[in-house]
Amino acid sequence: MTPELLQVAAFTVATALAATALAVPPAIAIAWVLARGRFPGRALLETVVSLPLVVPPVATGLLLLYVFGRRGPLGASLASAGLDVVFTWRGVVLAMAVMGLPLVVRTARTAFEQVDARYEQVAATLGARPLRVFFSISLPLAARGVVAGAVLGFARALGEFGATIMIAGNIPGRTRTLATAIYSYTETGRDSQAAAVAAVSIGLAFAAVAISNRLAGAAR
Amino acid sequence: MLMLDVRLVQGAFILNVETGIDARAVALVGPSGAGKTTLLEAIAGLRRPQRGTIAVGDHVLFSSARGVDLAPYLRRVGYVPQDVALFPHMKVRANLLYGAARNRDGRGSGAKRPGLDRILAMLEIESLIERGVTDLSGGERQRVALARALLSAPDLLLLDEPLAAVDVPLRRRIIPYLRRVRDELGVPLVHVSHDLAEVEMLADWVVELDGGRVVRSEKRERPLPSY
Repeated sequence: MTPELLQVAAFTVATALAATALAVPPAIAIAWVLARGRFPGRALLETVVSLPLVVPPVATGLLLLYVFGRRGPLGASLASAGLDVVFTWRGVVLAMAVMGLPLVVRTARTAFEQVDARYEQVAATLGARPLRVFFSISLPLAARGVVAGAVLGFARALGEFGATIMIAGNIPGRTRTLATAIYSYTETGRDSQAAAVAAVSIGLAFAAVAISNRLAGAAR
Repeated sequence: MLMLDVRLVQGAFILNVETGIDARAVALVGPSGAGKTTLLEAIAGLRRPQRGTIAVGDHVLFSSARGVDLAPYLRRVGYVPQDVALFPHMKVRANLLYGAARNRDGRGSGAKRPGLDRILAMLEIESLIERGVTDLSGGERQRVALARALLSAPDLLLLDEPLAAVDVPLRRRIIPYLRRVRDELGVPLVHVSHDLAEVEMLADWVVELDGGRVVRSEKRERPLPSY
């Protein structure tokens, strides 16, 4: 493995881990609300959360670019706090998190739905407030499914391309990931390097999906 | 004193119960589908009536007229469902202590705050405390669930067919434990039952439901119908 490939692989794994950490807490909250909540707008929330699965990733990236660009509604205030998103590692993490979120939500939601509501009800009659019920009953009983979802989201983040290249570009040593590296190498005729990066990507994704399946299988 | 005035519509089923009960142990009887479990769930706060009043003594749990609808965690009503619902990811000890925080912080009513040791001894479950809940027999599960509910210092205990899942010899052995709860701890209990012997050994008041309505609510004196 060349130093360059090693750097790209390490950067990709690190940003994918950060993206997973960023996506999992809101994904758990959304999954729980979708599994247990009955409220107006639930179908809309469900649709919006699933959008990144079906909208072209490049379009999602473009939307992120508008929102998090230096003049965007969120990007402006982040930039004034010294946190640039566009064309930085933060953009990579953000793109990966948004693209991985629906997978975490879907898997975690199924896990929450499989938790017998009776346990949550009895916990409440024992004096537990909703937050305690969630952390002591719902989340532990759904834990394997939630972790399986997180691993799946991580795997998705490893391979993220379209949204990443829109918001973070493909800057060697700064925002280049395994997926964008394959694209660059192929475009510039460096086929053997592209193949090596592809092999590393496949190996990492294979391991992540295998772990996810194993956890999801054990949860059933 | 338990005051029940509940109207709860659930699809085609209408629960319409109005009765006042002054007893230590109430048996809730009636054919399947009469609304017994629904009534327990309404008292526990797990189902919301369309209108009415539910009060334990002067503690109003629900009153549509006054806009009161206490959350289950504020009702101080212990509930043991038919399947007992012991938390499968916790050992017996953690299950038992789950509701004991309320007991400790004094929000439970003063006179009914038995400690862990007393409950364990009374229900003879000391030896089970380090076990996983999946290793327990039917009778052990019932007693652990009962202990867990009692340790949360309830003002009222609801038992949904507490003995349905255990065989007849074991029922005869568990009933004395329920009598001890009734007599030694003084926690009023409402139990759904199909077993006349159980009702006779435990209850001093009978509420009979049929089709969502009370067909009798009185001190247990008259013979009981069989279902």
